Parts: sequence; structure tokens; C-alpha cells
Amino acid sequence: MTTKILIVDDEAPARRRLLDLLDDCRVDFPLTVVGEAGNGVEALEQITQGDVDIVILDIRMPVMDGIEAAMQIAALPETVKRPKIIFSTAFDAHAVKAFELSAVDYLLKPYRADRLLAALKKAEVLNPSQAKAIAQAAPPARRFLSIHERGKVAFVPLEDVLYLKAEQKYVTVRTAAREYLYEESLTKLEEAFPNIFTRLHRNSLVATKAIAGFERVVETAEDGQDASHWVAVVRGLDERLPVSRRQQHIIRSF
Amino acid sequence: MSINQTNSATRAHDATRHLPNFCNLGVMLQLLLLVSILCLAAGVLRAQTLSDVWPQLLTISIYVQPPLMLSLLASCALRRLFVRMSARAELVLFLVVEALIAWLTFWLIGEYKNVFSGDLSAVAAWQFITLFIFTTACVLIYFNLRARELSPALAEARLQALQSRIRPHFLFNSINAVLSLIRHEPKRAERMLEDMAELFRVLMADNRRLTPLSDEIALCRRYLEIEQIRLGDRLKVEWNLQHQAIDPLVPPLMLQPLIENAVYHGIEPMMSINNEAGVLKIDVSTKGKVLNIILSNPYQIDLAPTHSGGNKMAIKNIRERLQLHFDAEASLNARVIASRYEVEISLPIINEQTV
Repeated sequence: MTTKILIVDDEAPARRRLLDLLDDCRVDFPLTVVGEAGNGVEALEQITQGDVDIVILDIRMPVMDGIEAAMQIAALPETVKRPKIIFSTAFDAHAVKAFELSAVDYLLKPYRADRLLAALKKAEVLNPSQAKAIAQAAPPARRFLSIHERGKVAFVPLEDVLYLKAEQKYVTVRTAAREYLYEESLTKLEEAFPNIFTRLHRNSLVATKAIAGFERVVETAEDGQDASHWVAVVRGLDERLPVSRRQQHIIRSF
Repeated sequence: MSINQTNSATRAHDATRHLPNFCNLGVMLQLLLLVSILCLAAGVLRAQTLSDVWPQLLTISIYVQPPLMLSLLASCALRRLFVRMSARAELVLFLVVEALIAWLTFWLIGEYKNVFSGDLSAVAAWQFITLFIFTTACVLIYFNLRARELSPALAEARLQALQSRIRPHFLFNSINAVLSLIRHEPKRAERMLEDMAELFRVLMADNRRLTPLSDEIALCRRYLEIEQIRLGDRLKVEWNLQHQAIDPLVPPLMLQPLIENAVYHGIEPMMSINNEAGVLKIDVSTKGKVLNIILSNPYQIDLAPTHSGGNKMAIKNIRERLQLHFDAEASLNARVIASRYEVEISLPIINEQTV
């Protein structure tokens, strides 16, 4: 039984260095490198597809950084095999502090073969309390929503999201291309991304930069009385989102 | 090593010991303002009533402004001579010149009594000259304090500046990249180490003297060579150098920290989904007697709290050094234009002959 390893780093020289050093470790620790990834999203794609035993995860990466990737790994559904994580960083005081607090092992660049071997031997799956401690000490730049559907996981970039709408147990996540169902409360999403979304209604949040404008809609009710309310026009979509009376102040500040 | 250091320190143009550059527009403006304030104070003291302040101020100005202009002209004209002298000789010569100007003014006023409205008969020549020298001393003390405040020579400030210049992130990643090259491409590893050595030599040198722009650009190219190995296709650099034959003097490490910031904040976190390279642009141009440098990199608003402290620190550091060397004649501005972060530096063109 060899251990299957995934290398995640945005710098090609750093990945090659790890390949060389893992090669040196092979005598003491049977292993195969099953893949390389340049950021968290690529890493998660490979992790959800195949079986990876250990992932060596760099912290500072574009698109999705190492901390966010680790949080996504910790939140993977039961159906996916969760790999053990070895963090690596050249110099990140925040992350290092977070690892020390949560008793998670990490490698410092430049890598050393003996240190790498020791880390491989004691690597463990991140447990929920460790994940929580890391997220508190070094808040990741959350840029993705991980959405589980039919045993698969989709990572939807936050900047693609146009609006979020609460329906009973789920939240509908709308992008220009399609809709997803997401299991989290609207209030929690609003708290997590206050700069990205604006509250329109008790059951909807809209991406602030996707607001194209507001329209006044006049409806004649059955009793002949005219009633009007405001709707938001969302960029790139035909549908309109109603703005509740309580939230009408955002129209003025827009 | 230590001998070498003290030697270069004494040779370096130490701004805290020398006279300010009176040819500098900023220095001139401050000087005029300072003397005007002193005149106002004198006017207030001499005035009997509040409405008397203004006429008093005018009278005093008639005596003060002409010799002040004369002093400015003389000290600017003598600048070439001043910079070659020791700090003490410079000060003595300056005070002698000032005393001469004071005496000349006193004599002229006495000669053309009827032209000037005021009366100086109550003041003796020695009093006038002493007052004049006293004012000069006040001005010099002001400029000295200002130079001290801005001086990077202060140990603490120097240490801080040094720390902000070597980003540990860059150092450790570069060492890791060299290690990765050794087995497969030893020649490239050699080149990279040579570039690193040269970069660190400049980073650790005494950087108080101005250096030719061509040297600073060469240093930046070495730094970018190193980053290119780490970042590969993700980094693209466009140089647009239009300063032609002139090789102006600039504060050392004026550009390199800014380029390092551009790579760290602009290129590295780039969303490389389309495998699009991040382009770093460096434009150098001249306009009359002003050197203009514009550096720009892709900019994206980060969703997370960013660690922009390092960037602000570097910009503040460079702005202070520009101020120390060129006072109000140099400027550094940073702004975001059309999803690019842009830093613009303007500074007067000086070269080895004019210093």
C-alpha cells in the first residue's frame, strides 16, 4: 500500500522541489504522487474525483488559497474521502499562529527532506475543532460556495453569484448560467459577506454589483385600488426581485 | 567592513549637517514663509494699535524682503561651491555672505533715505547685522530640525526601512526556487544565486547617496529575473524607457520596493483562470527638467481583509526619502485607474555634474 499524495502550490519550482524531496522519502515511506494543482479549486477537483491520501497544501495561492481549500476539504460530504493535510508556507505569521493554536503540522519553505518525512508520517485528517480554530485565527479569503449535488461538489465563485433566495430548507444560488440549491441560512450568508450582498427582502439577497437599477411597479388590485411596490433589476437577468417596504431605504442610498 | 562603512558615511552627503539646497523651490517657499512670519511677529510687537500692524508689517518688509531675495540668489549661486566644502566651512562662508548682504542693505538704505519711507537712524549697523544673522540662524535651525526629522540616517528608521525592504516571503520562496533548480538546471540556479547576491548587496548597502537611474533599473531587472523563475508565465513585464541619453540621479531603491509590491499584491494573487499573464508596466519619461516614472499593475478588490500594510509602508518610506533629497520638487502618488493600481513618481532631473 503506497500513500497517494497531491501537491498543491502555485509556483512551479516549489512543486518540483517537493517532487524531488518526496522521491528521496520514498525509501522510508512508500508513496506515489497522484497529481499537482496550482490553486485550491484545482486541488478540490482532484480530491473529489480520485482518492488522495495526503495533500500538501501551500497557503498563499491565487483563486482559492490554502486555508479556504482546507476549510472546503473539512466540509466535504461523507461520500468523498477526506485527505490528510500538510500545510506549507514560506512566511505567513497569521497562518503559522493558526496552525500552532490548532496543533496542526506544517512545513516551512525552503523544504527539508527530514522534516517532510516526519510530516508525512504524522499527517492527520483535519478534525472539525481544528478547522474551526484555524478559521478563527487566520480567516480565509472566502471566495467560493461549495455546493453538493448528487454526490458531486461544485465550487461556485462568489463573484458569479447574482442573487440568493431563501426557499424553505434551502437557498437558491443564482448565477448567469444556472441555479444551485445550497444548504445554509440566508442570515449566515449575509453575515459572512456583508460587502458583497445587499438585503432586498426577508427572503432574498442580491449581489450589490449586480444591481442594474430599481423599477416601480403599479398593480391594480381586485377592488380597483392601485398599489405600487419597488423591484430590483438584476444585471443580465430578465426577472425582477421585489424590494420589501422595510428595505426601501437602499433605493435611495443606491 | 566597519572601516569601509564609516568612510562612506562621512563621504556621503549627510543632509543633517549640511545647508539646505537653496535652489530648491520648496526650500525657497518655506524660507519666504518663515521670514514673513518673523516679520509679522515684529510688526505686532511694534504696533500701537491693531490697525497699525499692517503698516508696520509693510515698513519691516521693505527692509527685509530685498536682502532676503539677495540672500536666496547668492546662496543658490554659491551652491556648486557649497557642496564641495566641508559642513563647517560651508556654514562659515554662508554666514560671512549673509553679513555682507546685511551690511550692503544697511548702507543702501542709509544712502537712499528719501526713497524709503522708514527711518533707520535709531538703529546702528552692528545691530542691524546682528539681527540679520540671528534671523538667518533661526532659519538654519528650522531646516536642520526638518532634515533630522526626515533623515533616514536615524538608526531606528534605518533598521525599519531595511526590514520593510526584504520581504521574508520573497527571500524564502526564492531560496526554495533555487533549491528546486539545482538538480535539474544547475546553470539557471547559478544565475539566480548571482542575481540574488547582487540584489542583497544593494539592499544591505549604505543607501544615502543618489545613484544613476540606469543602476536602479538594472537592479530591478535582476529582481524581476528572480521573480520570473518563481512565477513563470504568470508575470509579464513591459518596460517603456524614454529618458534616452540622460541618466538622472535617483534615490537608490526607489523603484525596486515598488516593483516588489506590484508583484506581491498585483501579480501573485491574480485570478489566473484564463491563464492570462499579469502585466507589470514601467514607463520612464522626461518632460523638461522633470523625470516621470509610472508603474502599474493589475488590481483587484480583495474580498478578504488584505495585508496592505507592507505596501503603505514602502510608499511612505520612498516618499520620505524623495522629500529628503528633493523636498517639494518631487512627488509620489498612488491611485487606482481602470482596474490597475498605478504609482507615479515625479522628480527633478539632476545628474553627476549638477550635484
